[in-house]
Amino acid sequence: MDIFQMTALECGAAIRDGKLTAVEAAEQVLAAAEADKTNAYITVCREQALARAAAVQADIESGRLTGPLAGVPFAIKDNICTKGVKTTAASHILGDFTPVYNATVMDRLEAAGAVTVGKLNMDEFAMGSTSETSYYGPTKNPWDLTKVPGGSSGGAAASVAAKSTLISLGSDTGGSIRQPASYCGVTGFKPTYGTVSRFGLIAYASSLDQIGPVARTASDCAAVMDVIAGKDPMDGTTLDTPAAGYLDALTGDIKGLRIGIPKECYATAGLDPEVAAKTRAAAETLAAAGAVVEEISMPFLEYVIPAYYIIAAAEASSNLSRFDGVKYGFRASKEDYSGLVDMYNATRSEGFGTEVKKRILLGTFVLSSGYYDAYYRKALRVKAVIKQKFDEIFAGYDLILCPVAPTTAPALGKSLADPMAMYLSDIFTVSVNIAGLPGISVPCGFDKSGMPIGVQLIGKALADKTVLNAGHAFQMLTDYHKQFAEVK
Amino acid sequence: MQITEELVSYVAQLSRLRMSPEETAEMQKQMSEIVSYMDKLNELDTDGVEPLSHIFNITNVLRDDTVAPSYAREDILKNAPEHTEETFVVPKTVE
Repeated sequence: MDIFQMTALECGAAIRDGKLTAVEAAEQVLAAAEADKTNAYITVCREQALARAAAVQADIESGRLTGPLAGVPFAIKDNICTKGVKTTAASHILGDFTPVYNATVMDRLEAAGAVTVGKLNMDEFAMGSTSETSYYGPTKNPWDLTKVPGGSSGGAAASVAAKSTLISLGSDTGGSIRQPASYCGVTGFKPTYGTVSRFGLIAYASSLDQIGPVARTASDCAAVMDVIAGKDPMDGTTLDTPAAGYLDALTGDIKGLRIGIPKECYATAGLDPEVAAKTRAAAETLAAAGAVVEEISMPFLEYVIPAYYIIAAAEASSNLSRFDGVKYGFRASKEDYSGLVDMYNATRSEGFGTEVKKRILLGTFVLSSGYYDAYYRKALRVKAVIKQKFDEIFAGYDLILCPVAPTTAPALGKSLADPMAMYLSDIFTVSVNIAGLPGISVPCGFDKSGMPIGVQLIGKALADKTVLNAGHAFQMLTDYHKQFAEVK
Repeated sequence: MQITEELVSYVAQLSRLRMSPEETAEMQKQMSEIVSYMDKLNELDTDGVEPLSHIFNITNVLRDDTVAPSYAREDILKNAPEHTEETFVVPKTVE
């Protein structure tokens, strides 16, 4: 059986029904990962995966593992710690790092019988929107290898779109799951902040980071949420909310669902008319299924990017101070430094890439004495305004619908040449992180050159099931998510 | 806000980063562009708005003070670039 004809849930069912073994499923994904042409993987862990698949298969046959994802092969973004499997965050500075512990999401996936086949490429420390800042070379878009897959979870999206895996875990700090999902024509879900434990996620901006699934369907994403969501004593910011019931919530019924379309999104300079048209058509599809679609205002849209980059850079500069060449990872060679502080300087200068250094510098600047109030505190005030405005919108609406990104995937190299343009392309995704909201990207069409377009659905905090159900309803009515790239 | 090369060098020093003159000049250019965009926030009147750190009302999280197994020291040390059997090794800091 070709598992690449299946969704993750179908693969799990086939394994449960004895039509396929977990080992056969792992073999197929390992072979696809090893032959992957998009540079989606940093590490393929064949031996560990096959050993685990055999153990999982035995547990399925003995009835110890009965869940819907038991035996399903997974690929994992390389900023999520995997015990015994190298975890680099796509950085030189962590090139030799092998975690001695699992991220909580990995413990939970393994307890559910998932099999990890490899670690996925990304922007270095998740800083970027194209997956080009990886120390291990850029990932390419499966639909057109001259284009970027988006980022920072570029490997997570490209691997699903290229049939190099069925399902993956990414992380989303300012759109890093949703935007690559959109560029690669797959489904990506960013949960409400605090729903999924960040323990073992290599931190970029802790108040914004959230782990989530990238998959073929919203229902596959919901099945992953049933496994990974829930309070974790190792992450004090996890919320005490009911952990499960995501898959059961997918009724496909959206009658009476109130959806607002922000007019400011569609007035954004640089918005591709084809992206505008396809996402508006998606709204009409949902309206035809019973949703009530109205135009709304998101008056703060032009302030989300500066607020986001101040907060994200500030937290990054603090989080990345731990990389000092002492406890793990790379250290500069002895002839390059004299004394302890100089060792830090040499190690960090050689170990970090340019984009990471830039964000550390920006973050240190906005937090430094004399500028803290004008930049960092100001951004936190704007964050309060943004949250307030979202609260007002969600008093009248269940969901916001808008594009994920203003364009389809840009050409490789283009964003590195104009970093400011790359930052601006995050305009539709970052406010979701600032306000801690759940959001999904689902495929809604293709542009004239055949590149995928995604539509974003945003819910109020803790309305993750509403968001997933709307994505599921859309996928019951459309088949964009059933189309795959022919990688050439 | 004017970002000068001196400011970039100062911030680089705070960040424990070495910068060549070429890198400093390039960062000065890129940071100027971004920071002038960040200055856009000044258009928005936030007088009387309290800075918001956490989206949800979070409270201090306490746990029971119980002994639990930790990671093995030898495993942790395997990831260190230089170590003895018991400790990390850093360049000499005290004469």
